[in-house]
Formats: sequence, structure tokens, C-alpha cells
Amino acid sequence: MNNPQQLRYSKEHEWLSAAEEGVSTIGITEHAANALGDVVFVQLPEVGATVTAGETCGELESTKSVSDLYSPVDGEVTEINEDVVTDPSLVNTAPFEGGWLFKVKVSGEPDDLLSADEYTAFTG
Amino acid sequence: MTQAPRRTALDATHRALGATMTDFAGWDMPLRYGSERDEHVAVRTRAGLFDLSHMGEITVTGPRAADLLDFALVGNIGGVAVGRARYTMICNAEGGILDDLIVYRLAETAYMVVANAANAQVVLDALTERADGFDAEVRDDRDAYALLAVQGPESVGILKSLSPKHSAPLVQGGAPIADLDGLKYYAGLPGTVAGVEALIARTGYTGEDGFELFVRPADAPALWEALTAAGKDAGLVPCGLSCRDTLRLEAGMPLYGHELTTDTTPFDAGLGRVVKFEKTTNGGDFVGRAALEAARDRAEASPPRKLVGLIAEGRRVPRAGYPVVGPDGAVIGEVTSGAPSPTLGKPVAMAYVDAAHAAPGTAGVAVDIRGTHEPYEVVALPFYKRQK
Repeated sequence: MNNPQQLRYSKEHEWLSAAEEGVSTIGITEHAANALGDVVFVQLPEVGATVTAGETCGELESTKSVSDLYSPVDGEVTEINEDVVTDPSLVNTAPFEGGWLFKVKVSGEPDDLLSADEYTAFTG
Repeated sequence: MTQAPRRTALDATHRALGATMTDFAGWDMPLRYGSERDEHVAVRTRAGLFDLSHMGEITVTGPRAADLLDFALVGNIGGVAVGRARYTMICNAEGGILDDLIVYRLAETAYMVVANAANAQVVLDALTERADGFDAEVRDDRDAYALLAVQGPESVGILKSLSPKHSAPLVQGGAPIADLDGLKYYAGLPGTVAGVEALIARTGYTGEDGFELFVRPADAPALWEALTAAGKDAGLVPCGLSCRDTLRLEAGMPLYGHELTTDTTPFDAGLGRVVKFEKTTNGGDFVGRAALEAARDRAEASPPRKLVGLIAEGRRVPRAGYPVVGPDGAVIGEVTSGAPSPTLGKPVAMAYVDAAHAAPGTAGVAVDIRGTHEPYEVVALPFYKRQK
């Protein structure tokens, strides 16, 4: 599984980009996308919503199951990926790129986010 | 469950193909090889290859094999011609469904009963118990067969390219098949495919034309390879249980544990037609007759919940167990199976719904999806019917 080095990861299988002017991009990992199977529906938090690290902020439906979407950090949602709402399969085909989910102006982050190598080891 | 899951004869094949495996009724089975949606579409438009070796085969032989099955099952099994197959059910004395089955008549006095993996032991035990007093033998053949299925519009061509014009019978008394075109839907005859002796059945669980090949487990890997090679140009792909479920759901086919349970009679499931009250049994009334007659009368007097189809207007997917609600928000039924339908491009579900809301087009029906009432259209089943 390819986990980009420049990202950090949560144990709930989200990835988080380095903040640019305080704003980070969030998505789910390839590992999580593969485990879900074909994603057919995503419900994302609304722009302006406050999200809390480790708490549910949306959901991902696949053929066989529904999974909660967690935020890896605290903050305010500044943008959501409308492309992935229209075409949820982007989560499967490009989880680290076109399949990103939302952006957050980060106000706080937990101290247990993982590096790429740590996440690769975590997902074994 | 501390037992390690059982592995089919094709286990190494699945792992080499990179399948995502899943525990299914105590078996380690392929869930999907790549995208389950792509596998689904392949079966609808080209062909798919399945390993169904978890299914439970039980052979019933002897002079009174037909009498035993007429007594033990709700269908008219003595009336099945040699080389043909029948969809039927085995019920308990209360009329509850123990399993739905396909019964193949291999010879005048030999049948193969195919049970769902999760129920194979229950069916084996019931048949063994019910055989008491009949001159018939019930044999556990679960380990004797691997089962491969080729499903989809290209399946005939693929099979034909691997079949000789004439083949020797595998089962004594079975008629040899000369030509796959001559094999009707719901027929099963011995033959050879790619040099492998097989019981070739024109049955399946996808809503498409297709074949199920019962073979010796040792022959299964070579047959899988031969089918893969023969189907390459036709677009055949390996398919897992995930797409099998969406295919059968679109085709409106019930799944044991979802639409069918021991708490459900065939009449409650809208499948009363499988119960053959008029059959002549030569071994006493069939098990469940009295209870099933009462269930039929009940169904006629006050219609029970009906099994209907639901098509989403939105994109959230209904799951088994979710409540179906009416215009006033009151619960009027329950989803038994739900999934995004690749063919319709929308989520669909099968659900038991109160008769008052079961007519196609009934307004105001919704599914409670984790607290939100998502609108759904009531439709007649199936969602998908292949063009013949």
C-alpha cells in the first residue's frame, strides 16, 4: 500500500496534509478505501461546521457497508470536495488525490497522528 | 466459533488473483477480486466466473428416493424429469423455511440436493431423519464436489468452446449431453468441460443465462484455468460473493437469512407457488403440510406483509433490518436486503411491507436510514429481467 510520505495519518484511516496557511486537506487512505470496496455515497460535513478530532463528521457508503467518517483534527471546515460528492468512486480510484474529502482550518490536533512509515506498520 | 474457516479447492487460485477474502458460513470465500461493481457489470454484459464450492451437496439415492424427497420437501420432486432441476424448499413441521434448495434429478433413483452453505448441516440432518422408513440413502457429498459457475450472456459460447460434441455419462443412468444449446434452463446433465467430468447445470443466481459445474475438487483448479483462458476474449472475469449478492438482488431472488427464515413460511415470502399441495405422496403427507395449508388460508384471508422492491430517489443505501415507514412516519415494514444497484444506478432494496402499502407506486414510502427518512418508490420485483 502506497502511503505518501508528506502526509500524516490517523488510526481511523484518514490522511491529513501539511497545513498551508493553517488549512489541511483530509481524505481516507487507500487501505481504508480498499477495505470499504466501491464507495457509492459520501456525506461530508458542511462548510463552516466545526469538527473535532476522533468524532464523526460524515459517512461513507459502499456496496456492502456504511462507515462513519471521522475528522483527524479539530477545526472549521473551509471547503468540501464537490467532485467526490458527485462521483464517490474517486475515493477508490484516487484516495490521496482527486478523492480528497474536505479541508479544515486546524485549531488543534491530537498527539497520536502517525507518520507514513508508522501508518504502514499500523496497517501491517 | 474457534474453528478455522474451511478453504475450497480453489483457495490458492483466489489468493494468486489477489482476492479479498471473507468468512462466509464457515468458509473462507472470495468477496471480490477488484471492483465488485465491475464484476457485476461483467456478468450482466459478458461473463463472470464464480467459486461456489461452499454450497452443500447431498445425494439421495435408492428405490424410494423420490418418495423420500416428496415427503421431506414442499415441491413435487417425483415429477421432476431425469436431467431436470427444481427450485424448492424444506420446511419444518410449523411451515417455517429451513432452507431453499435446488434439486437435480440425476437418474430415475438418484437426486442431488443443493443447500445453502449455512444450512447444509441442517438440511442433511433433516433429510437423514426424514429418511427413516424409506428405502433410500442420504449421503453427505459436500466434500465430493467443487462448484464453479459461469454466468452471463457469453457463458454459452465459453462453455461450448470447451465441450466435446459427445460426452460420456458421469452418473449411471444420466443421459449424455450432445450439445449445450440443447441444455434447457433448470436442467443438469453429466458431461465434460475442458476434459473434466462435470455435472453441467443450466442454473444460477444472477438473473443471467449461465451454468453451474459440479466437479471433483481435484479438477477444480485446472477447470478454473481452462474457463479463464477460454473466456478471455469474451471478457470473462473472476467474480466474488459481493457481486453475486447485488446480481441476485436485482433479479429479485430471495436469500436465506434475509428474505427467508425459519420464522417465514413460503406464503409469507410470496413464494407459495413452490408448495405443491396437490402432489401425490407415497409416504405420508409432506412435512409441514397442515401448517402450510393454514399459512395459505391466512395469506388469502388477510394478506401478510408482502415482499416488494424499493428504489431509492437519493443515494443512501438501505441495509437489512432498516425500518420502512409510511407517509405518517409509522413503521410499515422492514428491509431484508439492500445495495446500490449497478444496473439501475440507484440503491435498491427488498423489503416486507404491510399489504396496504405494497402496491407498486404507493406514495409516501420511505426507509429510515439511520434516523433520516429517505424516499423510496415501491416497485414489483424483480428490478432486472434479462432480455431473451
